[in-house]
Amino acid sequence: MVSANIDVAYVAQLARIHLQPDEKQKLESQLAQILEYVEKLGALDVSGMEPTAHAVPLVNIARPDDLQPSLAHEDALRNAPRQAGGLFIVPKIVE
Amino acid sequence: MDYEAVIGLETHVQLKTRSKMWCGCPNQYGAPPNTHVCPVCLALPGVLPVANEEALRLTLRTGLLLQCEIPARAKFDRKNYFYPDAPKNYQLTQYDQPSTRNGHVEFEFNGTLSRVRITRAHLEEDVGKSTHFERHSGVDFNRAGVPLLEIVTEPDLTSADQTHAYLNALKEILQYGGISDCDMEKGMVRCDVNVSVRPCGTQALGAKIEIKNMNSFSGVRRALEYEIPRQIAAVRRGEKLVQSTRRWDDVAGVTEEMRSKENAHDYRYLPEPDLMPFEPAQDWLDNERASLMELPLARKQRLMREYQLPAGDAEVLKNNRALGDYYEPIARLSKNPKLLANWIINNLQARLVEIMEKEKTEQASLGLEPDEMKFTGLADLKFKPSDLLDLVEMVARGALSSASGQTVLAEMVASGKAPSAIVQSMGLAQVSDAGAIETLCDQAIAQNPNPVADYKAGKEAALNALKGQVMKLSRGKANPAMVGEILQRKLRG
Amino acid sequence: MLNQHTISDLTRRLAQREISAREITQSCLDRIQQVDGRVRAYLSHDPADALAQADAADQTIAREGWNEARPLMGIPVAIKDVLAVRNHPLNCASKILGNYISPYDATAIEKLRAAGAIIHGRLNMDEFAMGSSTENSAFGTTRNPWDLARIPGGSSGGSAAAVAADECIASIGTDTGGSIRQPAALCGCVGLKPTYGRISRFGLVAFASSLDQIGPITKDVRDAALMLKVLSGKDSRDSTSLPDPVPDYPATLSGNIKGLKVGLPREYLVPGLDSEVKKSVDAAVQKLVGLGADVCEVSLPHTDYAVATYYIIATAEASANLARFDGIRYGMRVDGNDPAELYSRTRGAGFGPEVKRRIILGTYVLSSGYYDAYYLRAQKVRTLIRNDFLNAFEKVDVLVTPTTPTAAFKVGEKAENPLQMYLSDIFTISCNLAGICGISVPCGFTSPGNLPIGLQILGPPMGESTLLRVAHAYEQSTDWHKAKPPLQ
Ligand SMILES: [Mg+2]
Ligand SMILES: [Zn+2]
Repeated sequence: MVSANIDVAYVAQLARIHLQPDEKQKLESQLAQILEYVEKLGALDVSGMEPTAHAVPLVNIARPDDLQPSLAHEDALRNAPRQAGGLFIVPKIVE
Repeated sequence: MDYEAVIGLETHVQLKTRSKMWCGCPNQYGAPPNTHVCPVCLALPGVLPVANEEALRLTLRTGLLLQCEIPARAKFDRKNYFYPDAPKNYQLTQYDQPSTRNGHVEFEFNGTLSRVRITRAHLEEDVGKSTHFERHSGVDFNRAGVPLLEIVTEPDLTSADQTHAYLNALKEILQYGGISDCDMEKGMVRCDVNVSVRPCGTQALGAKIEIKNMNSFSGVRRALEYEIPRQIAAVRRGEKLVQSTRRWDDVAGVTEEMRSKENAHDYRYLPEPDLMPFEPAQDWLDNERASLMELPLARKQRLMREYQLPAGDAEVLKNNRALGDYYEPIARLSKNPKLLANWIINNLQARLVEIMEKEKTEQASLGLEPDEMKFTGLADLKFKPSDLLDLVEMVARGALSSASGQTVLAEMVASGKAPSAIVQSMGLAQVSDAGAIETLCDQAIAQNPNPVADYKAGKEAALNALKGQVMKLSRGKANPAMVGEILQRKLRG
Repeated sequence: MLNQHTISDLTRRLAQREISAREITQSCLDRIQQVDGRVRAYLSHDPADALAQADAADQTIAREGWNEARPLMGIPVAIKDVLAVRNHPLNCASKILGNYISPYDATAIEKLRAAGAIIHGRLNMDEFAMGSSTENSAFGTTRNPWDLARIPGGSSGGSAAAVAADECIASIGTDTGGSIRQPAALCGCVGLKPTYGRISRFGLVAFASSLDQIGPITKDVRDAALMLKVLSGKDSRDSTSLPDPVPDYPATLSGNIKGLKVGLPREYLVPGLDSEVKKSVDAAVQKLVGLGADVCEVSLPHTDYAVATYYIIATAEASANLARFDGIRYGMRVDGNDPAELYSRTRGAGFGPEVKRRIILGTYVLSSGYYDAYYLRAQKVRTLIRNDFLNAFEKVDVLVTPTTPTAAFKVGEKAENPLQMYLSDIFTISCNLAGICGISVPCGFTSPGNLPIGLQILGPPMGESTLLRVAHAYEQSTDWHKAKPPLQ
């Protein structure tokens, strides 16, 4: 395993979560503890082991290319924090 | 030192399905914003994706058309990044186990055959569309979740023109295969272009510069025509290029560096737990392979070989698949396949365009939409393909003049009658009786002393005027070749 | 008092027109009125809507008579605030969903409606089902009806407390690492986590998609069987739902477990196991022997790795699942100068500490350079854990363990130590990793303290019939399930 060093500020930024300084500090020590605990997985020999992504052995689950009703326009926008002209409004996207 | 460009492309193509990739909303362009959305494609709390089997089929079909391997197992992954047009804030895509890989595309370029290796063609989903206002942006999710094929090449291209040719060849294959309509106006095809430069003869790749989100092939060409010299000039100046992302400004005609998104490349791929893997059955693949149509380039080559068509004609019949499909069955029965191609390409196509234009005008005057047109092309012609074959054979053996042939064709289009019946009722049969033509020639010579004198004085062109007179006397029915011959004989003699 | 009765009792009497759905519903509403100010199992509920559904049920029964095909007709079932109910709020006990109203029904809700159930109320939980105590709710902590100073367990704490306090007849919970079984054990109810894929997850707000399962919390095992029959089955909207036919689960409750092989996993004798809990579970095992079961010791050698594996896989999946809560299309929004700022502020203000902790952990284990060491390795260990169970089920029909190492702890006791909290899920977590089924049934009380203790029974994939048969046989030979909390 890798040693448990977590750059909380960087990861929080990746996760788009703003943290207060005290939150960040607390998380640093808690996550260090948790990561130290999960280090134990490093002791296991997993070579040749298939990873399990699903607990059930299904394959080829698909649907026919058929149309289903969409939401009524009002329902689609019903929960929008901000909307105008049928669009979800956000702060200006700059590339 | 001379430099060369190394170019690779990632082309995103919307698949031609009825519904979206994970839900039953319509995959349809042009609806009012946020009317083709449902809990699934809006990523409301609690929803799950279910894969569209037609999108999976079209992906595998594309793989076969691009000569790809079809791995025994494919899966979907979540590509995590936050962006307002991505409803889940992850995109479902195929990361390490794509549906197809390791193929190639062949196409004609500069008179030779180019081959570009295809790294992979994998299935993913489109995002919503943003509109930008002064201080805000607005998002429409109608496009979110539309099935998107990403076709990635190896860095095998070397110039703007060659890249352009590749894109056209790819588009042609996808349209031929019914994979996508590739309508650029509707944003159905978009590409990211990776380009670097290196000294000619070296192998190591230079710093890869990506030009993102190009939505026209000509734009790609122009962007490369700008970007390649820019990079070469920079390297010549001793600048060290670094990997970066640029945008093409079509109006200014320049590429410019994009503000690089922080952490943009830490996508934290994760196998999608909500979708099961896909394992295409062998017999299904065999069937699909058997039902594949011929690739456009192969068709062109075969048309030239089997029917001795000139490259230009074969190109036209390749480009217009319906026209090619109309041509081939009758060409196989024809003694004059070259002439037949000529008639289809020049005369029949002109008639079709005429009818369509007329129909459009009528539709417009009735206030109907273009897609309600009754006449959509070859399939709606009133006469049988074998009638056209008969017509061309008549012309070929001289039973009908080329000009009369045109008249007959127009009547076939209008009434659907067989050409022989039309020739008879209109009295258009060509006169190839030497005696009758001699009489007409004598008449013309007698009536046109000036051209006769001119010809005799050495003006070859004067013969045409006389020929015209004979044709006129015959009301167009005289065999023109015989007229020419007889006139010459008489005037020399 | 009708609210104290089981589904099977009430439906028998409904069928005979002895009682009405309105009376049942009213008795639940009265009880809520009486105790929920203290228990705080419900986040919200709508008495008028519940009574209207009850009246409709009574009219249906009057018109068509009792219909076996609609086995929950007239029964109030309360729902954990993590399932989408059309035109109702859905918050997952989080601030981030703001005033969100779901425009659609979860498949489980549709099935309950089709069976005639009265869908009533939203039950408290740990925010986004992340927690083991319901202390992580943004709307206050639910209390254990047996001791209001204690936690009811979690994350389906509201679901268990509401059933235990007789504020509903049955409830729906969800179980990602024990979130049905653990609160059921701590509140003295029956909690069933079905095989992964048995019940459609469509409409369940995902925490960890490969581990989440919906399941019932009920007053006895027969009710759990009944609810499972209603909820199970293949759903075309959930690619992970299994196509296996749905057995008539209640019909399999024969009471006979003679010759049935029961395995006791050696590794579950952990240092933190409370002696009272151990005593009750040992006694329960003796009971099973008395009923004719063959008991033997088995080994699940990778048990010690389950918690670590779970917290990597669950948090990684959660980090992606919870990315959609961004303030763009729904939920609360804290504005920003650009979208990135809007996201960070909204999510910073909208998520509680445990959710942030898990999203950040999950983001970290997937981030560039760490994927193989954490996530991929955890998936491989998951294979080992699953294989342990599949091997064990070659030899035995079911496994029996304590549901939790201790009875309900005090509110606030573990709140500052997340790792200790995680470790309290040690007996329930492997079941989700392996995708198998499990149930918790009451098996005694601590003394002193009088706190419920749960017996966990685990079965192989799709082994619910056997699981329920064992649980039922045990339950019927005891009186534990009949005890009521001292709550007036
Ligand atoms: Mg892509
Ligand atoms: Zn949709």
